[in-house]
Amino acid sequence: MAVGARLTPDVLELDPAAATDRIVAELRTIVGKTLRRRGAVLGISGGIDSSVTCALCARAFGPERVLGVLAPETDSETETLRLSHVVVSTFGVPYVVENITPILAAARCYERRDETVRELVPAFTSGWKLKVVLPDVVGNDLYRVLFLVVESPDGRQERHRLTAEQSLAIVAATNFKQRTRKMIEYYHADRLNYAVAGTPNRLEYDQGFFVKNGDGAADVKPIAHLYKTQVYRLAEYLGVPEEIRVRPPTTDTYSLPQSQEEFFFSLPYQKLDLCLYAHNHGLRAEAVADAVELSVADVERVFRDIEQKRRTTRSLHMSSRLVEPVAEIDLSDA
Amino acid sequence: MRRFLATNFFLGDDPGSLSGDASLVEAGIIDSTGILELIGWLEDTYGIQVADSELLPENLESIENIVRFVEQKRSARGAA
Repeated sequence: MAVGARLTPDVLELDPAAATDRIVAELRTIVGKTLRRRGAVLGISGGIDSSVTCALCARAFGPERVLGVLAPETDSETETLRLSHVVVSTFGVPYVVENITPILAAARCYERRDETVRELVPAFTSGWKLKVVLPDVVGNDLYRVLFLVVESPDGRQERHRLTAEQSLAIVAATNFKQRTRKMIEYYHADRLNYAVAGTPNRLEYDQGFFVKNGDGAADVKPIAHLYKTQVYRLAEYLGVPEEIRVRPPTTDTYSLPQSQEEFFFSLPYQKLDLCLYAHNHGLRAEAVADAVELSVADVERVFRDIEQKRRTTRSLHMSSRLVEPVAEIDLSDA
Repeated sequence: MRRFLATNFFLGDDPGSLSGDASLVEAGIIDSTGILELIGWLEDTYGIQVADSELLPENLESIENIVRFVEQKRSARGAA
């Protein structure tokens, strides 16, 4: 696309049949030939990304060689488990339900988190709910630092700015959730000689919206190159049920409902996809402003936020660094 | 200020070469957690309170901006 051109949403159009064929062929090659595994394990959340990944794995290996891991915990939304059952049922995939609450409790996930919350809200105890949120990107230049939102049992909400230590402590404690799920997925992958399929879309992968060694860990990530808009298009083609396709994306990590925009992304995915596409193709903010119904200044803020997230999360993509190379371990064919 | 930044963040091989008007965020020196660390240090060291609405680049993006912001806060407190 020329640098001076105006962006329209159709730049994200894809041929779902061709995209599916390509991913399925690559999955067979990566899992069968490169990894030498005979199927795939994946976590099922009832969201769009894991649903599409599940459908693709079922096409690649046959449903009987896919295992869905449903791993709810006490803060999961009630819809999570029901929709996850809908997914595995739709694609005929075997599954296990692993309630990870006892593991998280034993690791003191909730206790560590709540100890930090009580530094700001001494009354916080069972019956209260919480989430962490960021300021909006649109309309202001405020730094995107985390705020804690708590809700008392009688529905009263409070909002507090976190210190650096509190911010890190709460995120570190909740990261137990993604890492525990991945541990369970690899347990099943090991016993079945399967690979673990990760479920990030391009927005999540590019912007580092994952926990290192948690949901960021996988042997293969079949949809990491697809913008979320394209994942939805693929979902329709693959037969993902409508109730999953119309559900707003959620983090499903904290006890209060939390959108992905509140916690991480600057815009709803439809707009952020277009901004990311424009930024990736060197287009100026003026070229995308109309398409995303934002001012040029706001699109420039989104571009800066994209770059800032890339800088901040770069290390999440890195594997272990060696002081000196070990030449005998050759991964050039990987 | 430079000592605090050098102690808590990686400023490169020559910390002294960091110019006063360089963006600490765009240079990759501090991120959003770093901003919170910086605020905590400013509040503790200079006895000021940084409001949520003051978490802006014009106040915290560079060493020069931070110095100007702290001086404004301290003189406003002195005048009160």
